[in-house]
Amino acid sequence: MPKDNAPVHGGIGASPKRREDVRFLSGTGNYTDDINLRGQAYVHFLRSDIAHGKINGLDLSEAEQMPGVLRIFTGEDFKTAGSIPCGWQITDRFGQPMQEPRHPILCETHVRHVGDPIAAIVAETLHQARDAAEAIGLDIEELPAVIDMRAALEDGATKVHDDLASNLCFDWGFVEENRQAVDDAISSAAHVTTVELVNNRMVPNAMEPRVAIGDYNRGTGDSTLYTTSQNPHVIRLLMGAFVLNIPEHKLRVVAPDVGGGFGSKIFHYAEEAFCTFAAKALNRPVKWTCTRSEAFLSDAQGRDHVTKIELALDKDNNFTAVRTDTLANMGAYLSTFAPSIPTWLHGTLMAGNYKTPLVYLNVRAVFTNTIPVDAYRGAGRPEATYQLERVIDKAARELGVDPIALRRQNFVTEFPYQTPVAVEYDAGDFHRLADKLEAKADLEGFAARRQQSEARGKLRGLGVNCFIEACGIAPSNLVGQLGARAGLYESATVRVNATGGITVMTGSHSHGQGHETAFPQVVADMIGIDANMIEIVHGDTANTPMGMGTYGSRSIAVGGSAMVRATEKIIAKAKKIAAHIMEASDEDIELKDGKFTVAGTDKSLAWGDVTLAAYVPHNYPLDEVEPGLEETAFYDPNNFTYPAGAYACEVEVDPETGKVTIQKFTTADDFGTVVNPMIVDGQVHGGLAQGIGQALMENCIYDADGQLLSASYMDYCMPRADDMPFFVVDHSNGTPCTHNPLGVKGCGEAGTIGSPATVVNAVVDALQSAGHKVDHVDMPLTPLRVWSAMQQG
Amino acid sequence: MYAFEIERPATIEEAVRALSAEEAQPLAGGQTLIPTLKQRLAMPSVLVSLTGISGLRGIRTDEGGQLCIGASTTHAEVAAGAGVFPGLATMAGRIGDPAVRNRGTMGGSLANNDPSACYPAAALGAGATIVTDRREIAADDFFQGMFDTALDEGEIITEVRFPVPAASAYAKFEQPASRFALVGAFVARFPGGVRVAITGASEGGVFRWAEAEEALSRDFTASALEGVSVPSGDMIGDLHGTPEYRAHLVAIMTRRAVTAAA
Repeated sequence: MPKDNAPVHGGIGASPKRREDVRFLSGTGNYTDDINLRGQAYVHFLRSDIAHGKINGLDLSEAEQMPGVLRIFTGEDFKTAGSIPCGWQITDRFGQPMQEPRHPILCETHVRHVGDPIAAIVAETLHQARDAAEAIGLDIEELPAVIDMRAALEDGATKVHDDLASNLCFDWGFVEENRQAVDDAISSAAHVTTVELVNNRMVPNAMEPRVAIGDYNRGTGDSTLYTTSQNPHVIRLLMGAFVLNIPEHKLRVVAPDVGGGFGSKIFHYAEEAFCTFAAKALNRPVKWTCTRSEAFLSDAQGRDHVTKIELALDKDNNFTAVRTDTLANMGAYLSTFAPSIPTWLHGTLMAGNYKTPLVYLNVRAVFTNTIPVDAYRGAGRPEATYQLERVIDKAARELGVDPIALRRQNFVTEFPYQTPVAVEYDAGDFHRLADKLEAKADLEGFAARRQQSEARGKLRGLGVNCFIEACGIAPSNLVGQLGARAGLYESATVRVNATGGITVMTGSHSHGQGHETAFPQVVADMIGIDANMIEIVHGDTANTPMGMGTYGSRSIAVGGSAMVRATEKIIAKAKKIAAHIMEASDEDIELKDGKFTVAGTDKSLAWGDVTLAAYVPHNYPLDEVEPGLEETAFYDPNNFTYPAGAYACEVEVDPETGKVTIQKFTTADDFGTVVNPMIVDGQVHGGLAQGIGQALMENCIYDADGQLLSASYMDYCMPRADDMPFFVVDHSNGTPCTHNPLGVKGCGEAGTIGSPATVVNAVVDALQSAGHKVDHVDMPLTPLRVWSAMQQG
Repeated sequence: MYAFEIERPATIEEAVRALSAEEAQPLAGGQTLIPTLKQRLAMPSVLVSLTGISGLRGIRTDEGGQLCIGASTTHAEVAAGAGVFPGLATMAGRIGDPAVRNRGTMGGSLANNDPSACYPAAALGAGATIVTDRREIAADDFFQGMFDTALDEGEIITEVRFPVPAASAYAKFEQPASRFALVGAFVARFPGGVRVAITGASEGGVFRWAEAEEALSRDFTASALEGVSVPSGDMIGDLHGTPEYRAHLVAIMTRRAVTAAA
């Protein structure tokens, strides 16, 4: 439903301000930690301070006698509980399933990473629980920690899980049938460019740390979990069915206002299962609020790939093959979607925007004594884009050709396009994006700007990057074949109330995305009523239909489509009611601007007249339709969506200190139809800040013993507002997605996917401009790293 | 945090008395101590708050022309009120963030002597006098290594007296995450010569860079520092900077401070 005309009623294409921000900014939001239940007790988790050890014994005797202590739980208490499940099974190159270790709620025999929970102390107050934790006697025999992925794969390496054959989770090849053909293409190529790089590990750092409150109703036998989740239904299913054996009708999961997730709140965590379990065991609500320090040790982390990529070109600079070899860190356990990230979400993007005919990836996923790694904004797609756009940039420099021209020469230009990596791009126009970028970024003026920088003693560099994502996750039948243990549809119930206002219950979850503003715009547009007549309800399994939640830039593409389908049913039924009242046939009824009319007559009914009739069915087609006006739809997409972009970044490098500052950042994005351009701007800005953070600042570092060195904001560098330039963002005139009703593609991850390579390409350009023989610097490009690179070449 | 008692003395004498208690610890702006307590890394029985003591706060110029700053004066107050000593006022305005600047105090910072803190460089670079409840200590004698000072147990800084230099500036290269000084150089030109103090860089905490002082006393220009360098042997090495990088930055930041001051 792409719209060229001016927006009406705050519909599609309008930019009403985010209605939810009023409560967020005025302190009237309802976050999980704002919830306090009568009789609530508090849990503190005693976490391992070593990365690997064998638990010989825990002495609870003193701690159990401490004031306020209700009960201390250990792994022994969860012998009958299930393992924290992994939601995706990878089949390796040889047809074998991945190695999948047990992940207990509390450690049983071993501690396997710093932060692994050993015991849970429930007490009347949090301080009492913490005091008691310090009185627990630990007899843990420290074992050698496995931190480096290459060392973890060596023969005789200490095993993270001694019941597994090795530290190799899986050895995955994609497309395995192409392996030989890719090898042949590379060995016979006119030119091969190689880059070895590290995709640095990230700590997600949502502004709101995780919180869980378990509650048990002894009268009804129902359990409720309040939690900071991006997908409460998924948590209900995973925890109820696989961990605690609670049927879904006896379990409610509520994720109220959630302050950011970036992927880290997709997963089912041990603390959620613990609080739910303990509430029943103690018959009291049990609350856990994660501290920021604890979040560094317990939130699933992101990225952490070590990759070698080779790009083969023929004598005319056409890309002929791409081959990669990647080690992907899983951490100590498999988090919910961990195995899918370095495989399907990464491998299917390795053709990029290019018509490279042959692609082969080898990905080995490795267990280490580190915090688990899982999806983090972009999830696999930033890793794909980063390596591909680095190697293309290096190839352009080696060949002495313009980096944009080299990309353009190899662009996919005809759609639909079947890539050699399984997915089929339905729509796009990469040249148009490049055209827009060249104009918006004033690339012609770069040489003059470089001169100005040099006059100030600074090196200026220009980096570009083109990328494509697979979003709107995902067709259930396809992902089922790829190993997903879930469907990836979305749901919506549209409840039209008697007086015409509408409540939409959606399985999508908003934790910063602005759904409460954007979703009503779609329904308002379809019916022609004011968006303020529509309210979005989400985040509670008790009052929303089964949905898969929000991640992978899927909400508007999948959840929005479900809402469209449900609204279409509403409109069809409302037309029948209107036809009955106006004594016309259904086909002659038109709905425009919230008014039903009969074609060719002056008869009309207001939206509210019809909705009232649905609930006061006096003059009503009762033999034809039921009273009421409420419809549910489940939408399962038949393809991914493929947002694409072209980004340019200009940096200045201080040659004396190595400090990089971003002078200019320009984006040209194709998101298809844009519902609320202001919100989309914000999503791009936030994604860019996160991607620039990865490129220049953020780095999760363990020492050889598995201690997290960057365990607080004193050492883990978060990007700040003053690190960012004013972004020039463009997402106009996108090519609509061809297979969903709105033509939308999703915008949540683009900035994070497209920016790291752009920044690194720019810094390499700046260094080379001063004669440094530097063709790659690993992220983050801190002052130390850039200065060191300049010293070496 | 562990439980503790808090004392809020109104006078220095009361504060000194309160600090004589077992496991007592003074609390100034709390910008280091409070996070330490929250992490349960310290377990004082009594915290003695110094911020309620009248007369410890404020900025004045004494008869000898020294700028005298009460120990409980916040960084924000110094930034706003130390205009006669622009090198110091500018430094204060760039410490931490607004929350830190409105709580943190000069006395607290000097007594803590964090090797990455800014104020020690100003005190040492200007040759300040640290006045306590019982004596006056020259800055040259006050800083004795990382987190170590000449203060005795229970001794309270009351005022810091700065000779006002003819020209001064502080150049800080920020550690990217914390934005403390990875290396900070404070230069001050007096009629009798130039003083240079370096913070953030050395395993021994803030130090005077004699070679630079000598060169700058002859010629107060950045080019006078050509070829002058510090050995990296004593420099701190961590995630954010190798000893070699810090030694390099010492020279760069000193040159920049001179340029800014001149």
